[in-house]
Amino acid sequence: MFSFIIKGIFRDRHRWLFPLSVIIVSVAILVFAFSFMDGFMMSFVRQTARFDTGHVKVVSRAYSEMLNQKPHDLALLDIKDLLEDWRAEYPQVTFVERINFGALIDVPDDEGKTLMQADAIVFAIDLDPAGDDYHRMQIDRALAQGRAPRHSEEILISDIAFENLNLKLDDEITLLSSTVFGSMTMQNFRISGVVKFGIQTLDKGALIMDLDAARPMLDMAGGAGEILGFFTDNRFDTTRATSLARNFNQRYTDVDDEFSPVMLSMAKQGNTGYMLQVMDYGTLWMSMSFVIILGIVLWNSGLMNGIRRYGEFGLRLAIGESKRQVYFRLLSEALIIGFIGSLIGVSIGALISKNFVMDMSVYQKSSSILTENLLSTTMSMKVVWVGFFTGLLSSVLGASLAGIAVFNRQTSQLFKELET
Amino acid sequence: MKESIVKIRNMGKAFPTGEGDFWALQNINLDFERGEFSGIVGPSGSGKTTLLNIIGSLDKPSLGDVEVLGQKIQTLNQKKSSILRAKHIGFIFQTYNLLPVYNVYENVEFPLLLLKMDAAKRERMVKDAIEWVGLTDKIKSRPNQLSGGQCQRVAIARAMVKKPDLVLADEPTANLDSENSYKILDTMLKLSEDLGTTFIFSTHDQKVISYLKRIIKLTDGEVSSDDTQTGV
Repeated sequence: MFSFIIKGIFRDRHRWLFPLSVIIVSVAILVFAFSFMDGFMMSFVRQTARFDTGHVKVVSRAYSEMLNQKPHDLALLDIKDLLEDWRAEYPQVTFVERINFGALIDVPDDEGKTLMQADAIVFAIDLDPAGDDYHRMQIDRALAQGRAPRHSEEILISDIAFENLNLKLDDEITLLSSTVFGSMTMQNFRISGVVKFGIQTLDKGALIMDLDAARPMLDMAGGAGEILGFFTDNRFDTTRATSLARNFNQRYTDVDDEFSPVMLSMAKQGNTGYMLQVMDYGTLWMSMSFVIILGIVLWNSGLMNGIRRYGEFGLRLAIGESKRQVYFRLLSEALIIGFIGSLIGVSIGALISKNFVMDMSVYQKSSSILTENLLSTTMSMKVVWVGFFTGLLSSVLGASLAGIAVFNRQTSQLFKELET
Repeated sequence: MKESIVKIRNMGKAFPTGEGDFWALQNINLDFERGEFSGIVGPSGSGKTTLLNIIGSLDKPSLGDVEVLGQKIQTLNQKKSSILRAKHIGFIFQTYNLLPVYNVYENVEFPLLLLKMDAAKRERMVKDAIEWVGLTDKIKSRPNQLSGGQCQRVAIARAMVKKPDLVLADEPTANLDSENSYKILDTMLKLSEDLGTTFIFSTHDQKVISYLKRIIKLTDGEVSSDDTQTGV
């Protein structure tokens, strides 16, 4: 009977051409859209983790309560031994130290008086070119002019700030901020290079300096505002990160000590978790909407096709099929068409996705979301399955709705269609 | 006395209309015996097709009893009536109603697929049925490659392939020329005699009437005469 149904479908163009085309096109669009969304989300996750959150982040409990303000006066101090313990205990995670703090840039004139001032956020990282963080921050790639700092008095500046302040390479600037104990601190730096990350929030007013230069300036020997943890396979997974944080906090967090360390997964920092959740819900809703819309389109095409086939149904009932059998054979046809259409649609969608790269730099000029300049799609098994089952389900849904008409007509009425 | 495979007692069939029920059939009392070659004749609207639909369990009577092969049509559920049709009843239609996307072999094979028999037996039965109607050389042809007479012969093969007890033929010659009409009537008569199949025709074609051994005349939904023809 299966081969009988297959022959019936593919020898009758009306049965397969429209539904198959609709499914192929829709599934291809869906797969592309999902892979694009996933690509966007992965880019967001990668960039956010790289520049801000890590896959997990360790801070003091007090710091965690004001996380968005980056209060470096609540930093973890003298953490060298602790850090070694964590590295030994959690070998699946690479820990890196960072200090972020707000500062005022003072640009002097030829006489050393203030010419211009601007506020900035300073990222103090390990700028050793052999180190992990140097590569993670993609300093070499981001360098638009000059070179990375080689001495503690050298600093990198973002390109927009560099232009706005009319600076030149090797110019000297003064940074004004506060130490970890609250007293004012200022220090001169020479601009060794200009960086452009392609991320508006960073390019507008960021400075990058070496940790070893920041610590004495902030009176923060052996300390770090944040310790970022990255899974060694470089893949963020909410469940894995949450579980790691839970384990860490059970061992190291002391509820009575506000300077005890606390680990936060990426999803628990700022609105990152919300963004991830929105993306997940977005995928779900988009998939369900496609199932319903496609289902309605295929329902209508099924109805039109069904009207054309009432005579055939009548004949099949006369020969001895029950209405239920006729209905299930209609569903079988839809399943076969849905299966083939979804398979082709997924393949086409994957092919388009594979070759798709989008330059996001134009849109990022007004965006505060951390994504990469060149956005590529991410094909995953999740995207494949979502696309495939959306096509399959919508085909069956459409046929199951259209097929109800078979039940709603009297057998003798269907039979009469034979004569028309 | 031969076995009666269709028994109709005090049967009536009404269709609802805007002005109350319209009785398409009334006071029908008939018996059809195994192997009978009979026909229901009458003008259009006399109730012939309605009567065939009820005997074929495609419709139910509004009144009375209809028993086909021991099963009461008025109480049969959908599943049981479809099993009755699949196993015991064949249909032949005025417009052939072959499935256009299937070839001759596949059209004839379809009723056997519903009976879930093994492939070898099915193939043998299909080829036999196609041979009965003389279309072995057209076995791979699609309906649109056949003449009207050939299509009706395929329809006969499809109705007969499962060797049913009863064949209901609704105006089977209406779309055929004389030569083809006689050919298919000869074929049906021979199959009825060889296989003991009961044929009930609905017709007003004189060619068909001339072949019938029993003629039941319907007028305004009632049996107005029921005659046996001798020397057919």
